[in-house]
Amino acid sequence: MSAILDPTVSAIAREATSESGLRIVRRRNIGRWVAAALLLAALAWLVRAFALGDIEWRVVGEFFTARAIMTGLVNTIIMTACAMALGITLGVVFAVMYMSPNPVLRLTALFYIWFFRGTPLILQLLIWFNLALVFPTMGIPGLFEVRTVDVITPFMATLLGLGMNQGAYTAEVVRSGILSVDVGQTEAAKSIGMTRLTTLRRIVLPQAMRVIIPPVGNEFISMVKLTSIASVIQYSEILRNAQTIYYANARVIELLIVAAAWYLAVVTLLQIGQYFLEKHFSKGRGDRTQKRQPAGRTPAPAEGAASRTEA
Amino acid sequence: MDHSVEPMVVARGVDKYFGTLKALDRVSLDVAQGEVVCIIGPSGSGKSTFLRCINQLEVIEAGAIHVAGELVGYRRVGDALHELSDVEIARQRLSSGMVFQRFNLFTHMTALQNVMEGPVTVQRRPRAEVRDEALALLERVGLAAKRDAYPLEMSGGQQQRVAIARALAMKPRLMLFDEPTSALDPELVGEVLTVMRDLAASGMTMIVVTHELGFAREVANRVVFMDHGGVVEVGPPKEILSSPQHPRTRDFIAAVLN
Repeated sequence: MSAILDPTVSAIAREATSESGLRIVRRRNIGRWVAAALLLAALAWLVRAFALGDIEWRVVGEFFTARAIMTGLVNTIIMTACAMALGITLGVVFAVMYMSPNPVLRLTALFYIWFFRGTPLILQLLIWFNLALVFPTMGIPGLFEVRTVDVITPFMATLLGLGMNQGAYTAEVVRSGILSVDVGQTEAAKSIGMTRLTTLRRIVLPQAMRVIIPPVGNEFISMVKLTSIASVIQYSEILRNAQTIYYANARVIELLIVAAAWYLAVVTLLQIGQYFLEKHFSKGRGDRTQKRQPAGRTPAPAEGAASRTEA
Repeated sequence: MDHSVEPMVVARGVDKYFGTLKALDRVSLDVAQGEVVCIIGPSGSGKSTFLRCINQLEVIEAGAIHVAGELVGYRRVGDALHELSDVEIARQRLSSGMVFQRFNLFTHMTALQNVMEGPVTVQRRPRAEVRDEALALLERVGLAAKRDAYPLEMSGGQQQRVAIARALAMKPRLMLFDEPTSALDPELVGEVLTVMRDLAASGMTMIVVTHELGFAREVANRVVFMDHGGVVEVGPPKEILSSPQHPRTRDFIAAVLN
């Protein structure tokens, strides 16, 4: 029998043959056009409201690069970077402890995650800031001692508060990343003589990064904005400095616009950074956005199935 | 006594439980240096579990296993066996190389990086020297051209050959194969078996868990039939495969051949 039916005996075969060269008309997607038009209208209305509202755009421009705002911006960026560095470090350490066969380490990690996820962040900041009430001095008695109020500055209290809190959340993110790596990878690593820690460092964590980065990027962006909470313990970040200015000149909306613009600028940069990090850690996985077929897959299911039944 | 005639693997009365299921039931087996032993048997017979016990991917509940002259997993002090540390177990695993059914190549590394990883990270040997050896190994398994390919860019057969090269890079004295061709499309089985045949011819001690009876007949010095966690029958491939003594062996071979 030949591979295809003779068109003279089958009506469907005849139809298919005549259809194979026809012109293709794309779907219209009317819904998209309607949605775009509605959104544009809403945007125009918003722009008009802000343009006609009681906003001195001159003031926005004037304070956009004011010294206090710049200081606040730098402080926000420094705090975000430090708190995330501390948070990610603690997150990895506690995730590994949580998954350790050692029950002491596991319970310690469990307690840490339970406490720092279980209490409000603002409360934790206040505890760190008021640590001197519990520990008036710090250090090793007899060797060296410092007054706690000298060590726990607004910066330190904010760093510890945000970093420790972040660590508890990141630990869970890292743990899910580690769980996502196939157990066969660990076995292969063991079989070439790797210890538990080497396996983690060389094989498991690099592969877990693919899963860890999107949520951590998300938390990085949250952190930029969470730093504003630190204004309650006098850490001078963007929002606090903007507020200080509008208490003096009563230009509330103008300064909030300035602050918003800077937050958006920082977040935009972070989002771009995240894109490149994700690309780096998807090494060997191909690019999800392109539809690339892994080379050398099963030729055709029908063929494979046929030869299997023959065997 | 001549040390070189000591067996590579000695297993005595090995028991292994998964919960209440007895996966291995008093398994004893010796494998001589340079010998190729194929273990066959139905799924769930414990053959893979036994292989995994040899390089301590599973911990045994009773019995003793010696590999390359060393008691596996414990140090004997008087009348007691003391558990070894993570680092000591990792060192013991260096005497055997393992090839897995699902290849388990490190997905974030290229073929060459996979082969170099053990010697560089575990044995801390100089990178340049390791690189030359790794390239020679890839050449040996016929994949010199694929050195910069990531595992997901290779076929199953190619991945498995890289996995064999990765295990050989550690210069093991014993190679363990856990159903190395079971996850392959039929047309890719041959290329992997060819590499294994060459390896056997080079004098490597090999324990191969497999369903490829043709390979067992041709390459193995001895065939072991396992069922229900125990060794049922051991002998030269001709005897076991052509004229099995035990009815369970006979049933199994008849089922595989049909």
